[in-house]
Amino acid sequence: MYRYDEFDHRFVRERVGQFRDQVDRRLKGELTEEEFKPLRLMNGLYLQLHAYMLRVAIPYGTLSGRQMRMLAHIAETYDRGYGHFTTRQNIQYNWPKLKDVADILDDLASVEMHAIQTSGNCIRNTTSDPYAGVAPEEIEDPRITAEVIRQWSSLHPEFTFLGRKFKIAVTGSEHDRAAIKVHDIGIQIRRNAAGETGYRILAGGGQGRTPMIGQELRAFLPKADLLPYLEAALRIYNLHGRRDNKFKARIKILVHELGIEEYGRQVEEEFARLDRAAIAAPSAEVARIAAYFAPPDLAPRDPGSLARAKAAHPGFAAWVEQNTYPHRVPGHVAATVSLKPVGGAPGDATADQMRAIADLAERYSRDEMRVTHEQNIVLPHVAEADLFAVYRGLQGAGIDAPNLGLITDIIACPGLDYCGLATARSIPVAQAISTRFADPARQREIGPLAIKISGCINACGHHHVGNIGILGLDKAGVESYQITLGGDATETAALGERTGRGFGFEEVPEVVEKIVDTYLAAREPRETFLQTYRRVGMEPFKEALYAA
Amino acid sequence: MLLDRTGEIADPWRLITDPPAEGGIADLVLEGPCLLPFAWIGAVKHAPLGAHLPNDTEPAAVGPHFPALDLISIDFPSFADGRGFSIAARLRDLGFRGLLRAHGPLIADQFAYLLECGFDQVWLPPMVAERQPAEMWLAQLGSVTLGYQRGREGRASILEQRLGKKPLACA
Repeated sequence: MYRYDEFDHRFVRERVGQFRDQVDRRLKGELTEEEFKPLRLMNGLYLQLHAYMLRVAIPYGTLSGRQMRMLAHIAETYDRGYGHFTTRQNIQYNWPKLKDVADILDDLASVEMHAIQTSGNCIRNTTSDPYAGVAPEEIEDPRITAEVIRQWSSLHPEFTFLGRKFKIAVTGSEHDRAAIKVHDIGIQIRRNAAGETGYRILAGGGQGRTPMIGQELRAFLPKADLLPYLEAALRIYNLHGRRDNKFKARIKILVHELGIEEYGRQVEEEFARLDRAAIAAPSAEVARIAAYFAPPDLAPRDPGSLARAKAAHPGFAAWVEQNTYPHRVPGHVAATVSLKPVGGAPGDATADQMRAIADLAERYSRDEMRVTHEQNIVLPHVAEADLFAVYRGLQGAGIDAPNLGLITDIIACPGLDYCGLATARSIPVAQAISTRFADPARQREIGPLAIKISGCINACGHHHVGNIGILGLDKAGVESYQITLGGDATETAALGERTGRGFGFEEVPEVVEKIVDTYLAAREPRETFLQTYRRVGMEPFKEALYAA
Repeated sequence: MLLDRTGEIADPWRLITDPPAEGGIADLVLEGPCLLPFAWIGAVKHAPLGAHLPNDTEPAAVGPHFPALDLISIDFPSFADGRGFSIAARLRDLGFRGLLRAHGPLIADQFAYLLECGFDQVWLPPMVAERQPAEMWLAQLGSVTLGYQRGREGRASILEQRLGKKPLACA
């Protein structure tokens, strides 16, 4: 894991001091609320429906036991005892007081964390693959690149007042678990014909009210050119992105209006003009960062009594089957802790649960965890021989749901229960669906199925790329839920298609049930929901939902 | 109020935005340092001359006029509209060595970013200057003293400082 040096420490400390001063100046009236707003947002502080909300950055989702314990401490000390892990691998606190925020930031700084640029019209937390450094097929750990970008983008003098927020994601594998095609810029580490490692750069993807799939900007970018190229891409966006309408200000609209060829031409021209040496990260610095992500020293392990434990405990066997991912070192897996218990709020964890996960990470996963954009927590380096102990620990904390990737592993935004922008509830919809499909055997029978729920068109719940997407709207004071099918956030990315008119809050579980039944009736052996949908199309689902 | 990295300074420049009552732009009576809308620049011969740019100006279009310009002023219609940062950076990359001025209702928290992007001075409307005196702007410069980027103020980036292993001065 990356560790702060004296420079990082001082930078974050000074930034907290600056924020303290900004709050003070706001209270004295030297800053207007309008002026203060972007400043607090750049420190992750929103004003929500009921209270302030603080979003804390978890760079590329990676954190240590000590850091997780601090998140638990903050939840208990300054909030109501829990936190909400988000689709951008961050954590949000829903009830902090303005007077406490600078103290919270101080606490975070003590464990090398911050809330810098978790909101506002600037470059946000760079996200990545939760199986980074684990996945056998990976070309290179994407977190090295993500950390280089984190540093470059922190308080970038030129790009701190952009037209709109800007999100970057990096993957090091062909199989995309970082949703790079729906980011403003998506980066895929790849090799060229000569065997050199570099980057494929995508631009113009995004969700929100105008969802778009990113297009290829550069098929292969040499590694050393990363930051100058990003600087060129951001500069063209900052100069020419629309400012007349906040809903048309994301880079996807610029790329759409110019065309990817013209945008690319302008970026290349700017890139050619830049003083690359002044912008690029020195190779010694990249090597210094890379050393922090050296794979842990894991020797192949015998699975020990794993088979016996599985045979004796069917619940454990189901959890291993569903919630673990192969590790490149034999005898190990990445184990995912599902934060989607049946009937729970997706992504929420109590302080005690955070500590339980931290304990397990320290004992069994080389003191490392990853937050996923599906709002779960990965223990990336667990020996199979230790899995039963891990499972027992999770059971004790009530976070042992064996549902990774299944119908109850639902992504949901906070929705009308918390969010000032929401037009409908999301969490209660997720709770109702997961209760409906609570039976683990039935979930396994249905197989991989990603349901994603947003409580407004800003799409924080990623509904556009849900296999089943659910969008909550307000129709003349009544919640109405629009359903989309066929969305996909991976390397085969697609935006979901609308089924037709929306449904009432109470109807949603029944609607999902009908969709699932239609799939089960139509599927061929071993076909997933998405595969079936792509083969049979929308018609049978429409028929099931709307035929009288 | 006009200020630079030393604090409040006198403004010798006269900003002219109205065309002459009679005749064309070339008939303007110009005395002393004059700051004119960029659109007029090709039509006048005067020194010292400054150009005031709306923030949708293509920086490359300004390049041919560099030799005639001692000052370029970039308009910020709002502090939240950050196009001017990139225009300034691009003008410096294109080789402009004269004075660069940011003009508009900016806030003290942006001072360091402005300087790092190549600006030399900031002009503030009275409403903003009243709430945010020059001392506040100077104080903001000292709030975050490190950056991960190499700016135009001669500061080595954190990445470069690491390689040089220069010890940090006591905060």
